[in-house]
Amino acid sequence: MQLRKVTAASAAVLALALTATACGSGDKDDAAGSGGGKKITIGIKIDQPGLGLKTPDGKFAGFDVDVATYVAKELGYDAENIEFVETKSADRETAIERGDVKFIAATYSINDERLQKVDFAGPYLLAHQDVLVRADDKTIKSPEDLNDKNLCSVTGSTSAKNVKEKLAPKAQLQNYGGYSECLTGLENKAVDALTTDDSILAGYAAQDAHKGKFKLAGFKMTNENYGIGLKKGDADLKKKIDAALTKMFSDGAWDKAVEANFGPANYKNEPAPKIGNVVK
Amino acid sequence: MTTSVLFDAQGPRAKQRNVLYTVVFVAALAAAAWWVFSSLAEKHQLDWVKWEPFFTSPQPWETYIWPGLQNTLKAAFFALLIALPLGALFGIGRLSDHRWMRMPSGVVVEFFRAIPVLILMITANAAYAEFTTLATEDRLLYAVVTGLVLYNASVLAEIVRAGILSLPRGQTDAAKAIGMRKGQTMRYVLLPQSVTAMLPAIVSQIVVIVKDTALGGAVLTFPELLASVRPMSANYGANTIACFTIIALIYMALNFALTSFASWLEGGRQARGSTPTSDPLLRCGGGGGRAPPPPPPATFAGHLTRASTVGCIRSVIPPRTTHVAALSPSSPSTSTTGAGGFPQWTR
Amino acid sequence: MEAREIVFDFLEGYDLLGAFWVTVKLTVYSALGSLIWGTLLAGMRVGPVPLMRGFGTAYVNIIRNIPLTVIIVFASLGLFQTLQVKLGGGGDFEVINFRLAVLALALYTAAFVCEALRSGINTVPTGQAEAARALGLSFTQVLRLVILPQAFRAVVNPLANVLIALTKNTTVAAAIGVVEAAYLMKDMIEAEAQLILISAVFAFGFICLTLPTGLLLGWVSKKVAVKR
Repeated sequence: MQLRKVTAASAAVLALALTATACGSGDKDDAAGSGGGKKITIGIKIDQPGLGLKTPDGKFAGFDVDVATYVAKELGYDAENIEFVETKSADRETAIERGDVKFIAATYSINDERLQKVDFAGPYLLAHQDVLVRADDKTIKSPEDLNDKNLCSVTGSTSAKNVKEKLAPKAQLQNYGGYSECLTGLENKAVDALTTDDSILAGYAAQDAHKGKFKLAGFKMTNENYGIGLKKGDADLKKKIDAALTKMFSDGAWDKAVEANFGPANYKNEPAPKIGNVVK
Repeated sequence: MTTSVLFDAQGPRAKQRNVLYTVVFVAALAAAAWWVFSSLAEKHQLDWVKWEPFFTSPQPWETYIWPGLQNTLKAAFFALLIALPLGALFGIGRLSDHRWMRMPSGVVVEFFRAIPVLILMITANAAYAEFTTLATEDRLLYAVVTGLVLYNASVLAEIVRAGILSLPRGQTDAAKAIGMRKGQTMRYVLLPQSVTAMLPAIVSQIVVIVKDTALGGAVLTFPELLASVRPMSANYGANTIACFTIIALIYMALNFALTSFASWLEGGRQARGSTPTSDPLLRCGGGGGRAPPPPPPATFAGHLTRASTVGCIRSVIPPRTTHVAALSPSSPSTSTTGAGGFPQWTR
Repeated sequence: MEAREIVFDFLEGYDLLGAFWVTVKLTVYSALGSLIWGTLLAGMRVGPVPLMRGFGTAYVNIIRNIPLTVIIVFASLGLFQTLQVKLGGGGDFEVINFRLAVLALALYTAAFVCEALRSGINTVPTGQAEAARALGLSFTQVLRLVILPQAFRAVVNPLANVLIALTKNTTVAAAIGVVEAAYLMKDMIEAEAQLILISAVFAFGFICLTLPTGLLLGWVSKKVAVKR
């Protein structure tokens, strides 16, 4: 009796699970088959408003996404042939080295350490480490003011290390897995400032839900040159992407993308950078 | 009331006191709840705008939660599918008469039980990245499943081993007496009996597997249910508390369904054991007069920790009972009636 | 010597022992907390007040079904960042986060301690409780003087397993920025190349913590077991 019950139950579970997984793989096949033409896989962030965000309708939006789409178009891929995948900060080099993605546009700043593993096209945006504070907070006027404040950042980020080691060693620092948690703390006055690249901060500040609540302090604490990461030694691709970016800068598409994604935040972006010119 | 063995039937004064305790307890709970709610409201965490996305539109469910839930279920399912036979293998291996089988099985089980799943997952991911050519999505799933399998197989091995050990020795002796070989004894006598007894522990281990898939999201960005909070809260104005609450409720519902399912499986055993003479507890307790069993709560089967079951089974070897080994290989299921040799509270 | 220096080069500049010390502290404090709260919960679940029984059951079933990560994040995001509970840590985030992690781990583990203990209570023969009641002992006295001492001896082994699980669960505290072993490991993996080697070092560290615990408590459990 008992065994029969168990067997029946396991069979039901098995069948259910198999259908579920079968559905899953079926979806993928459809996606691959529908577009026609060749596909390109691009790494982005999916949880950063303004740069790379998976929106509720299942699409992706943000400045990085716009740049990636433009570049892909110049490389000969239509929008429907682009497959965006999430590449977390720690995963970016591996994803490129293994060829999981063709290139990465995911708040990827060019630095010497990374240049040993991957090549960069661009840069396509010059950002700076900055802090986001509550709109009514007038006590933070310079980076030194941060010393007796409570800061928040994301675990393992260079911004967090910068603060602790150079900018405000005495500040209290809370680390979380994502920026949203920091914003909750900032909103509730448990922390006074959220620190990371100003482009990311601007993306959050520009959201409807946050309008008027937060502001960027405007400290340019570091230079972050966002580049497009690609496989080391792929000079041909690098040249093509550089050309695409140059075209984007000159035909107004870049300005339009900046305006569309950061405009509402009152973010004073740097002018379009010169290709190959990494600002130290 | 079965637990009443611990306290006397209540007279008027005790009843009064109980009412007082109840009132004080309710007051304390209410005060705590009020404090939480008012503070949350004061910080605008209960504002409708933070919760509204989940109730007015199917989009957050379709775009973030459902795909995440699918991945959670997928990882848990595959982990279980592989860990169960593997665990049985190692569990039986540890009981083997041959040293060369017993030793390695023991080492493997003890080793993987001692390491956090999180570290197993990170290592598996790194190894797959280094030595295989899997696509990222698949690699993450493989790494999560591998971590879960290694850990849970070793726990399941202990459950299997303890389940078999909990059977009365007479079962093996009887099987030997009619000339069964070791494999036959295991297959026809020991396993069928212990499987029924192990079921609850196995189900509580499934709950553990489901919960542990969340580690894959935290350390490997495997897009499971908990990881769906990140893009979701980024979209809806950092409503992290609302998002985490919804996700926590989903986990609760999912695991509650699992444990209820387990107690439904248990139902058969409970019903059979209801007649006084066949009540396993009475027979277990013998003349010792064990405490009557607690009422089986809905989730009783799931109440053991990931590994505590093992200890439970190991620590309390049940008294010898008067089993009649089911010696007919053709009807192994009849032997399950004798599962009363399992200690009562491991159910 | 030479070879060893080269192999363990990557450990340079990291406070490995310090991180594992935090893991140990997390484990010990939350073990104590969960033992106390878990015992209270078990008392509630077998006690005479129906409401407390209901509360105990609900608590165990809710807590056990939620991933620990969620509970720890709730402790930080809900209790600290929203309800401003600082647990006496003043303005020092490191202290506050550590204590919140201990609190969350204790609340989580208590559910398992409670269940283990409740099972232990069931192994105590009915006659014991009946005899105690015949002596005129009240419920708390029966529990405290007669039942629990015997129950604890029966569940040393399950509790040891809970403790081992707790030791490994402290790794989740990294989610709210407590710098324990897993946090350091993630840091090292991002900065250094020897991934497998780093994993091996941390795995070894955890084995050093959990294996002796298991062996020692296994021995204790045999020592104190009530022979029936």
